[in-house]
Amino acid sequence: MNELKLELKEKIIEQLNLEEFTVTDIDDDDALFGDGLGLDSIDALELIVMLDKDYGIQLTDPKEGKEVFQSITVLANYIAEHRTK
Amino acid sequence: MQNTEQNNSTSCRVAITGMGIISAIGNSVEENLASLLKAETGIGSISQIETIHSENIKVGEVKLLNVELQSHLNLPKDNNFTRTSLLGLYAAKEAVKNAEIEDIKSHKTGLISATTIGGMDKTEQHLKQFETDAAVQKYINSHHAGDSTQKIADALGITDFVTTISTACSSATNAIMLGTRLIKAGQLERVIVGGTDSLSKFTINGFKTLMLQSEELCKPFDANRNGLNLGEAAAYLVLEAEPIAKKENKSILGYVSGYGNANDAFHQTASSDDGEGAYLAMQKALKISNLETSKIDYINAHGTATPNNDLSESVAIKRVFDNNIPDFSSTKAFTGHTLAAAGAVEAVFSVLALQEQKVFPNLNFKTEISETGLIPTTKLKPKNINHVLSNSFGFGGNCSTIILSKE
Amino acid sequence: MKGCYIHSAVSISAQDSFDAKSFDFKILENTVEKATAIHPNYRDFIPPAASRRMATGVKMGVTAAKRALQLANLEQPDAIITGSGMGCIEDTEKFLNSIIANNEEFLTPTPFIQSTHNTVGAQIALGLKCKAYNNTFVHGSLSFESALIDAKQLFQENEAQNILVGGVEELGKEFVDYVLMMETSSNQGIKVPFGEGASFFVLSSEPKLGAVNIHDIETISLASENDIIERMKVFLSNNNLTSEKVDAIIFGNNGDSFDSYYNNLASTLFEENTQLQYKNISGEFYTVSAFGLFMATKILEEQKIPSAMLIKNSFKKPLKNILLYNQFKGRNHSFMLISK
Repeated sequence: MNELKLELKEKIIEQLNLEEFTVTDIDDDDALFGDGLGLDSIDALELIVMLDKDYGIQLTDPKEGKEVFQSITVLANYIAEHRTK
Repeated sequence: MQNTEQNNSTSCRVAITGMGIISAIGNSVEENLASLLKAETGIGSISQIETIHSENIKVGEVKLLNVELQSHLNLPKDNNFTRTSLLGLYAAKEAVKNAEIEDIKSHKTGLISATTIGGMDKTEQHLKQFETDAAVQKYINSHHAGDSTQKIADALGITDFVTTISTACSSATNAIMLGTRLIKAGQLERVIVGGTDSLSKFTINGFKTLMLQSEELCKPFDANRNGLNLGEAAAYLVLEAEPIAKKENKSILGYVSGYGNANDAFHQTASSDDGEGAYLAMQKALKISNLETSKIDYINAHGTATPNNDLSESVAIKRVFDNNIPDFSSTKAFTGHTLAAAGAVEAVFSVLALQEQKVFPNLNFKTEISETGLIPTTKLKPKNINHVLSNSFGFGGNCSTIILSKE
Repeated sequence: MKGCYIHSAVSISAQDSFDAKSFDFKILENTVEKATAIHPNYRDFIPPAASRRMATGVKMGVTAAKRALQLANLEQPDAIITGSGMGCIEDTEKFLNSIIANNEEFLTPTPFIQSTHNTVGAQIALGLKCKAYNNTFVHGSLSFESALIDAKQLFQENEAQNILVGGVEELGKEFVDYVLMMETSSNQGIKVPFGEGASFFVLSSEPKLGAVNIHDIETISLASENDIIERMKVFLSNNNLTSEKVDAIIFGNNGDSFDSYYNNLASTLFEENTQLQYKNISGEFYTVSAFGLFMATKILEEQKIPSAMLIKNSFKKPLKNILLYNQFKGRNHSFMLISK
């Protein structure tokens, strides 16, 4: 699980071009959106594509993303449970 | 630029003396009107573009194929017209004919056209062939957004003031606005204004990434709306200084009486919760027209059927019109969202509403949005219509409104 | 007629124009096919949260705009008007290539969102929370001139007192090579490098001590070489000028066969005038005339002409009126008259 979390942090930083962040800046339970990492609705769409492409998980409604993308912990748990690749 | 005739402080009114349109619901003004009156949508399955999303989208395609458009326009075989240019010239020619212009040079005439996609339909087909395939290299120079406008200008013989506007989905409304301002200022005597955009894989996939496309027919202003249908179209209006139109006994279809442009400055793609940009655009247009809100008889809304736009626009309409909301409808369920052309398509429909004295229906509506409770006009409705307000909003917060009037 | 005064002028270009103290720029080596811009440190102007999605052109535009506002001591303009011939070609190429490479699957929204032509104007507005009039022109080599005409018109209508106007172009990575390929396949093609840049101006209807005034601007879609001579005569007389009163004329020569438009004008109406060029220092691109206007402004402000720009005849001070004439491939002609 910790490996997946690290992987996710690296991917998020790279995919969303968060140049000012390193993996150590992101705590597992930090809020990804709003006050935490400061991600927005466009980032949510980017992450939906990442879920599909890298883990074979398809979210069809952007609203579902809100639940799944709460924090690295929540996201990692969700992926572990639903991944098809 | 030099003023042409009058340079007095009281500027002249701007008359609409011709229009032309090609859209999913018809290849002429007449055909578009017939579909509007019969409440017949032009949206359906995609047939002219190969895409893996074909089962999951509905689009408003123009029925004519490129070869048919080329033959209608008598183009030589080696032409490098993109579909955007073909649609644009087709509609612009109808507008000029409709305005009974015999000699385009008889008055100082300009062209202001709008497009977002430009020559993308050819670029996306040939990008990887450009380097080696001489047969498609002619489309390298037709990619840029100004190309379709230049082709239309050259074909119509307009040689002086020609330009292109691209403010996403409010583009054509801004073209109409600028044309109107230049006539009022005496910089031009006549101007052809409008927009053209063809469907493309680029936009289909773009809106797909934003999860903004419905798999079904779009449902503007419905509580259960789930996205837009893309469309393609071109539409143009001929605007003339009123004294000239009157002197030549032109039949005047209407007037551009108000216009407003503002930016929502909220988000690159989404509209703000309070619809501030839309609110400001409508307020500015009303101020220019000197009309009270109660004088607006019909709103042709932007109404794309995305969850965000329709809520934000509804809030803005309520802020402007308070409890006296005029009849309103979105005609996007007829044509699809035609992007840069939308403002011109809907300006043509607004003029038709003035001429026919009918509000065109908002198709596919069942349930009002709970937050605002607004109910659009869902059946063709005859009524006295003197002033129509038409909204167009785009990515980048670009919001524009025009008001068209009968007298 | 209301004035249209340049309260600030900022340019990012292939020269060190953003930070330069001196404008005595050198000619670009013509062995280079593409002249990339000398970029300022964008972090000084754009917060990381905003810049992470921005391609080169958006960064250049937003930064040049911000600096122009700073120099003019203006917080909120009454309008933001931009011009760009190719728009956001970098993100356009990126999205297009991912469509092709992934056969329409796994596409992400950012390059699509950022590919629309109005991204620069929109991002400036967003950064300033500026809800004012906002427009974007995309008409090839008249994109910037169209923006200027719109701005002058807003002044005339009393709809604005201060307007931010700019032109921006980025080279991109792929499409420009196809354009270059076509150019170099003929010996009649463009001889200066292809360039990029962003030039932004705060224009005001209010005069300011020493400010340069954009007197008049005219665009012509299509004209013959002789038409241009006739149109120039009319343009001058509309502005109560004769060619002797023009202290310098700046041509848009780029070395292609259509330079005959400039040569024709130079040898008829402006034989005795100081004749200048700028594309040898900036490269050619659709909104390069904004760089031309930037240089013309600096020339009037500093009363100095970079030697690289001089084509013919030396100059006499004071430099008061400068005329600019540009065209691209024999069409989209523009005349601009500025004075101090």
